[in-house]
Amino acid sequence: MTFFQGVKAIVAKDLSMEIRGKEIISTTFMFSLLTVVIFNFAFDMAEGNARESAAGVLWVAFLFSGALTMNRGFMYEKDEDCMSALMLAPIDRSAIFFGKMLSSLLFMLATMTIITPIFILLYNVNVMERPLWQALSFFLGATGFITVGTLIAAISVNLRAREMMGPLLLLPVVAPVVIAAVKFSGGLIMNQPVEQLMIWMKVLLIFNVVYLVVAWMVFDNIIEES
Amino acid sequence: MNDGNTAPLIEVTDVVKRFGKVVAVNGVSLKIDQGDAVVIFGPNGAGKTTLFRILAGLIRPDEGSLSVEGADVTYEYGETIRHRIGYISHQSMTYTQLSARENLLFFARLYGVADPDEKADALLKRVGLTSRADDITATFSRGMKQRLSIARALVHDPDIILLDEPFTGLDQHAAEILKDTLSHLHDERKTFIMVTHNIRVGLAISRRVVVQVAGKIAMTCDTDGLNPDEFTERYFTIVGGKHY
Repeated sequence: MTFFQGVKAIVAKDLSMEIRGKEIISTTFMFSLLTVVIFNFAFDMAEGNARESAAGVLWVAFLFSGALTMNRGFMYEKDEDCMSALMLAPIDRSAIFFGKMLSSLLFMLATMTIITPIFILLYNVNVMERPLWQALSFFLGATGFITVGTLIAAISVNLRAREMMGPLLLLPVVAPVVIAAVKFSGGLIMNQPVEQLMIWMKVLLIFNVVYLVVAWMVFDNIIEES
Repeated sequence: MNDGNTAPLIEVTDVVKRFGKVVAVNGVSLKIDQGDAVVIFGPNGAGKTTLFRILAGLIRPDEGSLSVEGADVTYEYGETIRHRIGYISHQSMTYTQLSARENLLFFARLYGVADPDEKADALLKRVGLTSRADDITATFSRGMKQRLSIARALVHDPDIILLDEPFTGLDQHAAEILKDTLSHLHDERKTFIMVTHNIRVGLAISRRVVVQVAGKIAMTCDTDGLNPDEFTERYFTIVGGKHY
């Protein structure tokens, strides 16, 4: 069994469970939608204001839904002690991490794909004027967030206070990626030249690499001790 | 079992495992040979499950060593040995959102089984779940989940079977299937190690008994010629409890 076959099997299993139950997508979608709608009523969203705050509102909606995704994904493994069954499989244990991470990322990207057009309609701000750059910003921001989040979810899944501990541990660690993603997305929405925003793109890339390498190195110990 | 020339299949030496200030396993040494059938008895909190999880490679000991066929695997429990282990716990280790067949197919793929569909169908038939194969297991009774758990543990034809209180909560049908399966595994010279509180069942299907108390091995003996009633009396004397 190769590493990639292990990752593929775990992602396929998670997708299959989600297609059947639709628990994650429906919950995260509703949560994101509520966030976007509440911000729309809470602030004065005249054209200028809306454009300035668009990236912040969008990323708040994305991140809350991402946090829900990861917690739910690991609860499936906690039920009936399925995590032990995964750990017993003859695969590199980092394949479990990458499998869980990729499925969470797919769910988060799906929610982002649904919520972005709704945001555009509600706020009357086209956040996708430069679609490739914005998609890259969304993808890298989500990847960094989910990478750290998957690791934290693995640590906190067996804690009684996991709903509190997860975000408490996650948000400080993931702050650089969140700030960079908001700045890059916001700059694109405000029509700033991409050259001026490259510093944020570099921050996103560097932190993504660091998070992925650290997660790959420590995941084995984390799931054993948690 | 061991002819003295070959290394034991599994050997733990002076193994210690702590959780904070609690010493769950305290200096345990144990040898298990190919084809051995060992039952571990002990009161709640004796460290049996922790020892089991060390044997399965799910956790690493703080002290001591663990070897498989003479190779030290204390800190690097390789993929090769995991492929040889089937683990049945009192939890089913199956996904309640998937059907019985989907669960078996998933684990068959994880273990690189050559023909997952054929294997899943054969195991579902063996544990009597063919008629419920496509139902999600959230609708299953405890006994049915445990029968599926047996199938899951055997999906890759392991030669070492670890059973952690496998009879807990089983209905009569599931208990008979499990006993029958263990009997077949015994005939195939598979090695199995079982933790159970059911002394009569444990003695009936094992060749060697280990009693673990407060993290330590308090007694070991062969089951040949062992009188269950006398053993039960000795067991309760060792663990310091009353036998009603």
